[in-house]
Amino acid sequence: MDWRRFGFIAFIIAILFGTVVIVGMSQEPPILIIGSMMATTIAVATPLTLGALSGLFCERSGVVNIGIEGMMLAAAFFGWLASIYMSAIFKFPIAPSLIIGVIAAIVSGGLFALLHAVLSITYKVDQIIGGTVINILAVGVTGFLNRQLFFDKSSVFHGEVPHAAGILPIIHLPVKEGITALCGLFGSSDGCLVTANAIGKIFDQKPIAISAVLLVFISHHILFNTRWGLRTRAVGEYPKAADTVGINVIWMRYSNVVIGGCMAGLAGAYFTLESVPSFEPLMTNGRGFIALAALIFGNWTPIGAWAASLVFGASQALQINLQFFRESIPPEWGFFQNAYNVGQIPYILTMLILTGIIGKTTAPAADGQPYEK
Amino acid sequence: MEKKDLKEKFKALLVTVGDAVLVPLLAVFTAIIIGGIVIAIVGGDPFAAYKGLFQGAFGSVKALSETGVWATPYIFAGLAVSLAFKGGLFNIGAEGQLALGAVASAWVGYALPQMLGFDLPWFIHLPLAIGAGLLFGFIWGAIPGALKAYTGAHEVINTIMMNYIALNWVSYLLNGPMKDKNPLNVIARTPLIAESARIPPIFAGLRIHWGFVLAIVVAFIVWWVLWKTTFGFEIRTVGINPDAAKYAGINVKRIMTLTLGLSGMLAGLAGTVEVTALNYRHELGFSTGYGFDAIAIALLGKTHPAGVVLAAILFAAMRNGATRMQFLTQIPVDIISVIQALILLFVAADAIVRYIYRIRRSGGKVVLTRGWGG
Repeated sequence: MDWRRFGFIAFIIAILFGTVVIVGMSQEPPILIIGSMMATTIAVATPLTLGALSGLFCERSGVVNIGIEGMMLAAAFFGWLASIYMSAIFKFPIAPSLIIGVIAAIVSGGLFALLHAVLSITYKVDQIIGGTVINILAVGVTGFLNRQLFFDKSSVFHGEVPHAAGILPIIHLPVKEGITALCGLFGSSDGCLVTANAIGKIFDQKPIAISAVLLVFISHHILFNTRWGLRTRAVGEYPKAADTVGINVIWMRYSNVVIGGCMAGLAGAYFTLESVPSFEPLMTNGRGFIALAALIFGNWTPIGAWAASLVFGASQALQINLQFFRESIPPEWGFFQNAYNVGQIPYILTMLILTGIIGKTTAPAADGQPYEK
Repeated sequence: MEKKDLKEKFKALLVTVGDAVLVPLLAVFTAIIIGGIVIAIVGGDPFAAYKGLFQGAFGSVKALSETGVWATPYIFAGLAVSLAFKGGLFNIGAEGQLALGAVASAWVGYALPQMLGFDLPWFIHLPLAIGAGLLFGFIWGAIPGALKAYTGAHEVINTIMMNYIALNWVSYLLNGPMKDKNPLNVIARTPLIAESARIPPIFAGLRIHWGFVLAIVVAFIVWWVLWKTTFGFEIRTVGINPDAAKYAGINVKRIMTLTLGLSGMLAGLAGTVEVTALNYRHELGFSTGYGFDAIAIALLGKTHPAGVVLAAILFAAMRNGATRMQFLTQIPVDIISVIQALILLFVAADAIVRYIYRIRRSGGKVVLTRGWGG
């Protein structure tokens, strides 16, 4: 564990949260603000977390993937398309439509990753160019199909966007009720009830957000405690040695890239099936690249990458919550009054982090190099 | 004896040029065929679509002029990406550099005379407007260049981050301080620039402007700098092998910063020319995708200035003709993006093209980018 790195992350998140607490204190109790900030942070960090895990599997096996953005975009589109196809054409109920949508998103992410694998592993294309191909192809295909299906009168949807099936619901765990009951034992003070409310908010998350957090720990376990993980890391660090002891380098790389693509696919599903019930061209808006920065900042570890994703999530949550308390931003805080300025924070933070002022990171040794026998 | 030598030299040249041109041409050809299949799958007539595309791109004087208009920013942006590639750097930030260059030129174009309180003659005002665009493009490229050179932060992510920062600021400026104050205006755009900051059209009645000629000239200058000057030699050496360059006494960090700076400057020039020669203002559009198109153009042109000019004209023809294609056959313009992505795919993975058409590989492989480590 790299405590300096996690300390820095905690420090940044504290600053971001503190800003909102100071602004909103007059309207809501701080504990409630912190609770809702944490809830928003975890929710909006979902595509970053999954995107970073996607990159993790690819890069730990030695394949650089800057096509995460494109995979997410394609998955967001095809997942959404599958779900409204089911609900609007086949008249499926909401729940199965959404589940089919999520599956379609995961599969399409995996297929785009397969293309990346073919290009970079079999054809040994420069992997950064290969990723760029994925990004451009995703923009082209989704833009084309979006217009062809929803704006052309002769399409199955008769040229209009059908009513969406809806979005994935919040899974309510009885955390708030539990703590409220505990409060009852101590005389139900106001402070205790507010705290119960705040903590309850953090646990009210939607399915993909919850799976993202679970996948962080599952990935950690797979990568560091299983034979598969050891082989993956061997292939990414020293493929020649791995080959000598009988590990199939090509197969390990292929399967890891496709697994990564499925993660990016799930991240794509977040956009159109969990966040908003619609698709817009280019809606991933650079999240795939920020996820990559989170991966690097997290030093190619699942938990580190998650922590870094939370920093970006927190800066986005800051933007959302500042809008909410807009009236009470003091006039001397001109910087925070301008939504455009606050929107810059994740990007500037990314650049700052990449300079390595918070400590150098080490990529897997064979990252980006095609394997030649 | 000498004659035979010459003949053999010529033959060798023919093989090199043939190899350099053949694969991109076949890549384009294959992409167009697959694009046609896609059109057929969605229920269109590929032949009618491509006929419309061709007519729209080359069918009349006006169509030719419009293709030239489209090609101008593509040439600049393609050169920007190519120059960076020559220096071993990948500039995905052309979009942001372009937007910032455009805003800077627009500001000098409309606001400077107001601030000074008198009109400037064109031979002062126009160079100032262009210079502002060059400067901001340069800064926006040099920042990720310096970060790469001095801290090792990878330029791919940083140029993309700078893209978002630039586009965010540009949309702030165009919606706020720089918005056209005309009460009838609801669009996020700047006021029109002064007459003295405009590049004139070549022919009256057509939109094709001297910026197109400038683009060709700049392409020649880039070629000359890269292959005929010491500075260009240093850029290419750093691009091929930074370690060797270092031992040869080249200041690698300085060259990296300058290369990406100049690359940004060329992208900024694309935006500047759009403002000073075509639109006479900067308007907030949908993401125009110049940045990614520029990458495809640079790769299709094999990062050579002459190739870039040809690739840019091809892309411009497709973009320009697509409107007529959509009008005639109702095939969405976006099919062009699919075809362009396929072109890039086949150019990047030339092994696929070589396999399909059974072409042997000649010469070494060109190193374009490096992983996170280098």
